[in-house]
Amino acid sequence: MPDRSSTRPTTSVLDGDQDGVSGAAIDLVAVTKAYPGQGAPAVDSISLQVPAGEVVMLVGPSGCGKTTTLKMINRLIEPTSGTITIGGRDVLSLDGDELRRQIGYVIQAGGLFPHMSVATNVGLVPGMLGWDKRRTSERVDELLELVGLDPRRYRDRYPRELSGGQQQRVGVARALAADPPVLLMDEPFGAVDPITRQRLQDELLRIQDELRKTIVCVTHDFDEAVKLGDRIVVLGEGARVVQYDTPAEVLSHPADSFVSDFVGSGASLKALTLVRVDDLDGLQETTTARVGEPVADIAARARAAGDAAAVVLDGRGRPLRWVWVRQLEEEGAAVGDREDDLPTVDRRSTLNDALDAMLGSSYGGVVVTGRRDVYEGVLFIQTAIDAVQAARVADQERSAPVAGNDERSAQVLQQALPEEPGTEAGAA
Amino acid sequence: MDLLDFVVERREQIAFQAFQHVSLVVQCVLLATVLGVALGVLCHRRPWARGLASGVSSVGLTLPALALIALVYGATRDGITSAVVAVTFYALLVVWRNAVVGLGGVDGQLLEAAQGIGMGRVRRLVRVQLPLAWPVVLSGVRVATQMTMGIAAIAAFVTGPGLGGLIFTGLARLGGAGALESALTGTLLVVALALVLDLLLVLLGRLTTPRGIRA
Repeated sequence: MPDRSSTRPTTSVLDGDQDGVSGAAIDLVAVTKAYPGQGAPAVDSISLQVPAGEVVMLVGPSGCGKTTTLKMINRLIEPTSGTITIGGRDVLSLDGDELRRQIGYVIQAGGLFPHMSVATNVGLVPGMLGWDKRRTSERVDELLELVGLDPRRYRDRYPRELSGGQQQRVGVARALAADPPVLLMDEPFGAVDPITRQRLQDELLRIQDELRKTIVCVTHDFDEAVKLGDRIVVLGEGARVVQYDTPAEVLSHPADSFVSDFVGSGASLKALTLVRVDDLDGLQETTTARVGEPVADIAARARAAGDAAAVVLDGRGRPLRWVWVRQLEEEGAAVGDREDDLPTVDRRSTLNDALDAMLGSSYGGVVVTGRRDVYEGVLFIQTAIDAVQAARVADQERSAPVAGNDERSAQVLQQALPEEPGTEAGAA
Repeated sequence: MDLLDFVVERREQIAFQAFQHVSLVVQCVLLATVLGVALGVLCHRRPWARGLASGVSSVGLTLPALALIALVYGATRDGITSAVVAVTFYALLVVWRNAVVGLGGVDGQLLEAAQGIGMGRVRRLVRVQLPLAWPVVLSGVRVATQMTMGIAAIAAFVTGPGLGGLIFTGLARLGGAGALESALTGTLLVVALALVLDLLLVLLGRLTTPRGIRA
């Protein structure tokens, strides 16, 4: 984690919200963009609350106004009407260029300047903010390391000497250079091949885990939205908010047929990648046995516990076999060889992986292991399904941030806005 | 009398005229580059202005150089002024058109990225647009230099400076002693110096084009 006190720009017009989260909340209130000569506005009175430190994905068909909405946040496109605040400050009252230096901006293929080296590209914003050379150069190295590029190898290269994925990483590094509270991304991974895209997505999640920025990201790829987003905004024509929810909710309860069409087939399967075995809280105890224990003892214990099968563990508590009790009785001893197709998953695995293992198992479940592969319990299919349903209900009861295009959304948001802190901050 | 004797005999005069010739072209092209880029910056953004630039430069380049020089001389009665005006005029048309093409050819996505990270209009122009358009502008400068080396020779028609003097006096006395040598020397020197200048411009291009966008 970079020392934020040293990298925070001195002339900051925007600030992070609270500890641990370096992001700032973004609020759009009844924001409209209408182009003269066109009938319907490109963005029709959208209100949207983006909580600090969260990743919000804007998805929708092309031409729905998602990119326009994004670009109004950093005022690359000036809204026709409405209010946009970041961390409580009205962005429309700030100088556009100064505002954009405080907001990270990532576009497809990184948008790197081909005539500048990697270091120059990344150091542009700190340079404009008046950092001295040494501080900028230290920051550049720090960021290249953050995005997984060795500074010594890459800082003096030119963009065309990098692969597409590397260019995109440099683009992210450049956006993060001045440690902005907010990051806007416009189809950031649209120009790279699927495998690189997946790697970059994982990388972004890791970086976000560390930095906790507020990220608004436009994509047309619903799977990407599910993977990266804490929340998803599904937009229809005119940036009409069709649904604003967690990925799990959008997948399990699409607001209408428009959303379900957009989600595409296999929605429930996609949802399984959202849940980890750990989240389920559904591990069950089962009879365990040590290698070499008398079979009669094991069988007796299993019968008493009502288990038809027992897990055999090695000396370090790692599972070796999962055997039926009657099979044990036939063999006469708890044999110590590891079963090759023992259905086992780590507790951090996704439910998707767990179910995959379960379906290949004749026991209707899977052995779950924890740190250093030590046995933790077993998970049965039914438990998994019940847990998913329970989690759904709990999720619905949480309060969710507001989004919509009606007056009510705008009013709710307007009331929620903090008092403009402008005057005293401006004087300082 | 053969060519070599002619050159050796008059080496001082020839060297002076060659210097005048190159100096005229270099200074005028420099002026034309500054003006052409400035005009390009002004008019590359609007389609009608781009059309105007290419129209004016196409028509302008068809103007016979001799006619233009004679016209300016008629108005100013000064050979040097006529030469400067004509050379700058033709160089400007070429550089202007290339500047418009070069500046207009910069990827709009990049310019938006520049704006998106907080670069103002002037900074975008100086740090992104001009460096990226530079190779195209420079190739315009090369063409302009080649072309105006020839045009500068015509300036001697109205008593302008440079190697044109050798050519015209030679042609006027054709058949006389040393006349052919005079015209030949002037012509060959113009060609040779144009090649040298072009080489220098290529070198300048190598030095001023960042490694990232070198062809």
